[in-house]
Amino acid sequence: MNRFVYADNAATTPVSDSVLQAMRPYLQEKFGNPSSIYALGRQAQQEVENARAAIAGAFGVQPGEIFFTSGGSESDNWAIKGAAAAQLKKGKKHIITTNIEHHAVLHTCAHLEKMGFMVTYLPVNDEGYVTARQVKEALRPDTALVTIMYANNEIGTIQPIPEIGAVCREAGVWFHTDAVQTVGNVDIDVAKQNIDLLSLSGHKIHTPKGIGALYVRRGIVLDTLIDGGGQERGRRAGTENILGIAALAQAVLDACSTVEQRAAAVSPLRDRLIDGILSSVPKCRLNGGRSPRLCGNVNISFEAVEGESLLLKLDQYGICASSGSACTSGSLDPSHVLLAIGLPHEIAHGSLRLTINEHTSPEDVDYMLETIPQVVEYLRKMSPLWHE
Amino acid sequence: MLYSEKVMDHFTNPRNVGELPDADGVGEVGNAKCGDIMKMFIKVENGVITDCKFKTFGCGAAVATSSMATELIIGKKIEDALKLTNKAVVEALDGLPPVKVHCSVLAEQAIKSAIADYYTRQGIDPTPIVGEIGDCEACHV
Repeated sequence: MNRFVYADNAATTPVSDSVLQAMRPYLQEKFGNPSSIYALGRQAQQEVENARAAIAGAFGVQPGEIFFTSGGSESDNWAIKGAAAAQLKKGKKHIITTNIEHHAVLHTCAHLEKMGFMVTYLPVNDEGYVTARQVKEALRPDTALVTIMYANNEIGTIQPIPEIGAVCREAGVWFHTDAVQTVGNVDIDVAKQNIDLLSLSGHKIHTPKGIGALYVRRGIVLDTLIDGGGQERGRRAGTENILGIAALAQAVLDACSTVEQRAAAVSPLRDRLIDGILSSVPKCRLNGGRSPRLCGNVNISFEAVEGESLLLKLDQYGICASSGSACTSGSLDPSHVLLAIGLPHEIAHGSLRLTINEHTSPEDVDYMLETIPQVVEYLRKMSPLWHE
Repeated sequence: MLYSEKVMDHFTNPRNVGELPDADGVGEVGNAKCGDIMKMFIKVENGVITDCKFKTFGCGAAVATSSMATELIIGKKIEDALKLTNKAVVEALDGLPPVKVHCSVLAEQAIKSAIADYYTRQGIDPTPIVGEIGDCEACHV
């Protein structure tokens, strides 16, 4: 019998009950524009500031260091382009990043390269990790920014962010991290971890799409990305998305107050999925190191199977998942992350990513462990590359 | 990625999957690096393709175009099968997303490649009849 198993939480998540409750008043009652002078507007402004303070509290920072954006991509774009433009005035035009970043970072860096910046793409090792030492060795006198993701969205590897932050702080170089996949999975303390800029996204932690934030350490002034009205203290124009902001505050509180419980509940399910698939399906491999790894991330490549077919077939069984195959990336090349950890193209095409969370039940895991080997076997029987 | 109902039907219930152990011609095109390989097996009697089976490593569109191509050539004379274009395969499937059109090119080439192999086995040079079977235009290697 088919179940419905949503195992693509790294792509997006449904709105949670608590977030929905937090948002509700802003749809019809508290709909005012925070820039308006009358009580309805002032009230909206107060709610925005309350939300900002709540989020700041969750990360141990000052409210004035949190800026609301439209999501992770905008936060990444603003952090990198804003820092680059600000640092260029001091003659700095070198950026350090890795070769497994999200496209919001990689394509932004590529954009800056066209404008004359130099970018060092640090290679990760075959388990998907970069080291603080690599960062230290890549630093130059004209390094404007180091931008390294906290945890990878495809293979779940968690980078040594506190160590990298310490290297950057010692050198006096701004350090940005894309923490879109990390919030709720890792204790983030930006002060202790020497993070200057941090991107986060709401819809990965149960808000609707279209809300995110950027933490900007006090003392750093980024060039603006979106110019217009004086919202966000003149740093990011646009009428505040109060609905999203209320949602984000609730979601961050929910996510950050349950990090340990989440890890304790989800890690064993993840490990059961990984071990179960590896032991029941021949010729497959786990992508990304096992530790430290996001508690809900499973990424496995199956030889002689193509990822999109795998996803379509799993969909017929009610399982929502994703893949790093070219066909699902919308280009001819498979995932840059899988290539970066050394997978040959043909193996990268056959990858499957399952991202589970605290709403995934042991029965869901049983069902996936029962279904995935069958589907792989079915596709292999159809594959000219498969020889028993 | 929006697939037509016909594509989904041919992906879900692919026709003529498998191998023909006594095939008269076998063609294989594509490569694993690109993520698509199609292998076609044909049986020929009196100049007519009486049976065709396929094996495909590839995306949903690759499986569907292989399946549709086999249906379109079974029962056809070789010279008619050679006239099968990728466009005809796309039309028979009620369209393909633009990024997937190369899969239909692969299906056309797989059939031509199997027919070329049939001629070669008959001791006939296939090139003047089948023509050059180019690499998949979308292929980057």
